[in-house]
Amino acid sequence: MSDTTQNGPVLAADGTPLKRSLAKALRLQKLRALMLIAPLLLFILVTFILPVGDMLFRSVDNRIVQEVLPKTVVALESWDPASSELPDEAVFAALAVDMKAAAELKVHTRVAKRLNYENPGMSSVFRKSGRKIRKWDVENDGPYKERLIELNEGWADLELWRTIKTYSGTRTAGYFLNAVDLKLGAEGVEIRPETERIYNTMLVRTMRMSLIITFSCIMLGYPVAWLLANLPTRKANLLMILVLLPFWTSLLVRTSSWKILLQQQGVINDVLVWIGLVADDNRLVLINNELGTIIAMTHILLPFMILPMYSVMQTIQPTYLRAAKSLGATNWTAFWRVYFPQSVPGIGAGSILVFILAVGYYITPALVGGTKGTFISNLIAYHISTSGNWGLGAALGSILLAVVLLLYWVYDKIVGIDNVKLG
Amino acid sequence: MADASNNDAFVEFERVQKSYDGENLVVKDLNLFMPRGEFLTMLGPSGSGKTTCLMMLAGFETATHGDIRLGGTSINNIPPHKRGIGMVFQNYALFPHMTIAENLAFPLEVRKIGKSDREAKVKRALDMVEMGDFGGRRPSQLSGGQQQRIALARALVFEPELVLMDEPLGALDKQLREKMQFEITHLAHRLGITVVYVTHDQTEALTMSDRVAVFEDGRIQQLAPPDKLYEEPQNSFVAQFIGENNTLEGVVKEISNGVALVQLDGGELIDCKPINVTKPGERTRVSIRPERVEYNKERLTEGVHTLKAEVLEFIYMGDIFRTRLRVAGNDEFIIKTRNAPDQVRLKPGQQIEIGWLPEDCRALDA
Repeated sequence: MSDTTQNGPVLAADGTPLKRSLAKALRLQKLRALMLIAPLLLFILVTFILPVGDMLFRSVDNRIVQEVLPKTVVALESWDPASSELPDEAVFAALAVDMKAAAELKVHTRVAKRLNYENPGMSSVFRKSGRKIRKWDVENDGPYKERLIELNEGWADLELWRTIKTYSGTRTAGYFLNAVDLKLGAEGVEIRPETERIYNTMLVRTMRMSLIITFSCIMLGYPVAWLLANLPTRKANLLMILVLLPFWTSLLVRTSSWKILLQQQGVINDVLVWIGLVADDNRLVLINNELGTIIAMTHILLPFMILPMYSVMQTIQPTYLRAAKSLGATNWTAFWRVYFPQSVPGIGAGSILVFILAVGYYITPALVGGTKGTFISNLIAYHISTSGNWGLGAALGSILLAVVLLLYWVYDKIVGIDNVKLG
Repeated sequence: MADASNNDAFVEFERVQKSYDGENLVVKDLNLFMPRGEFLTMLGPSGSGKTTCLMMLAGFETATHGDIRLGGTSINNIPPHKRGIGMVFQNYALFPHMTIAENLAFPLEVRKIGKSDREAKVKRALDMVEMGDFGGRRPSQLSGGQQQRIALARALVFEPELVLMDEPLGALDKQLREKMQFEITHLAHRLGITVVYVTHDQTEALTMSDRVAVFEDGRIQQLAPPDKLYEEPQNSFVAQFIGENNTLEGVVKEISNGVALVQLDGGELIDCKPINVTKPGERTRVSIRPERVEYNKERLTEGVHTLKAEVLEFIYMGDIFRTRLRVAGNDEFIIKTRNAPDQVRLKPGQQIEIGWLPEDCRALDA
């Protein structure tokens, strides 16, 4: 008690500053808490944070050109890519030395692959030459310019040299530019030829369809969540089981069953033809297009919308509606002015959840989307597992991440993240 | 007001019944007539049907049978929002996403009252409950008592003639509750509104109301002004439910000159006022208020029967003494005496003799 009267830090009974005593007393607790979360922390670090970091790094990583062609990159520094002349003999000599070393280690194919992303056709020039150059004696076999062009006339292509020069840095924006249908030419950033443009369309389509899916989830989920929150417990529990049922079924099974239902010879079309709404030779195309993806994904993501909405609606007491009515509001006014505003945090939480899940969804669009209903994530998967262009895949993934974070930020500004309730 | 006739009744329940499941009646044959300007409290234990009655009046429940009339017209088929009845809810039900002023303006807005008019009325209502400076706040920023006042102001702002209150003070602490009891009654009388007030707190019912309807088992057990209810309970439920009460059981020996002689189960004889016993031989439950029991020999009335009692416990409560006795086999017999300078303080183990005026001891149904 006497401590409070003196100036300076408050002291504990044994004379040490109270703050230090408190920290000491709490240290054990903090240590224990840390120990408890340590396994999860480690797990997340290894399986999530590091891979995401690696992905972000890969989207700009371009060390391969300097690693494989170190002398060439240095020699090219003096060459002006805007000129209409090929680089001089020194550059070709450096290339020969680099290529021989690379071919012996068999890494020339890797740089070939990298540069081929930017200038299709370069891969074969590197591969074919590499095999031959391995046998060269690089000390005496000059002049290299003629010999290389003789070996493969691709080396006489100005574009090839421009590409090497442009992508000689250890960092590149090339993947990102590629991901938005641009490329880095000699004159700077340029738009890709129309035949090569695909990613913008995909990105816009992914966003548009995710919004449509989110919106249909709101429209379908809101009444269900309302019922769940207002039915007597026993009936609500039954309904809750129905809502959760999809969670207990394999995603693949659910998606495949949509195929059966929606295809042109499928259940829905058969029924429509049978009752005469649709002509037999004019069956509806419900699958392998945008519609199919929207239907199947709305169904799959619906629980993620209903559950947060339900948990918010559960906290809205029915007396609010009664109060509004006793004050003279009609059923609709009472709902719209009193109930709905209080349920907005649930809609927000559900929408964020559904939208983020939808934007990155992969299996369902791949199975029911055809070519018109696939998402950007299907392209990412293609680049990661089929084309092997990890840099481009990483850049697309990073853009997706950035878009989601941006939307999250916008949502925070408009509605406020604090208002989001997930349970 | 107690005997309001059918003609000048403002609120009327006529033979109203209510069942939720089609098997049990929650409200059994309710008849109630309220004149304009009355403050009537529906009092009863939970599940007695009082809240159901209030909800039927507000329009949130429909009567299974019977007629509810307001100002002479039947309101059975009028939806709640057209009844124009103000209502205060137990948990206040202030809209959390609106400010206090918006909450108060809500009933005016839905009535399409112009903006300037609206603002004037909101201000007047806020001033009425002494919350003039709180218009811009949110309900969550107010204390329970303040929320209560706002809920009251919101129920009154559109000037309804009838206001219903469903245990509005239930969530407040004792002191605040007592303060609000007075404020609500004063406000109601000043504005001349008719109030139906539901509570399970008998003190609240007694201090606030013009008349109290005691509910039990879906029926009104007694409908009377507070003093009559307390002093002249019509049956043993009311006697037991309102205030503290001592009960002794026995059989009526004889009734003469308005006094019933009752033989208690232990054989002792006492004099009572017959309320709902009519003939000798009937079993009865006798009710005596703790403060009407006398043990000072000098003050005992001549000629009445007295009972022997043993003091079990003496509790000093400041303004009063509360003494627990064993009387005719009943260990829970309480007497209350005022803490006056000449008052005798009884000691546990003491043997005393107690008595009372025959009219204070009421022979009720068994």
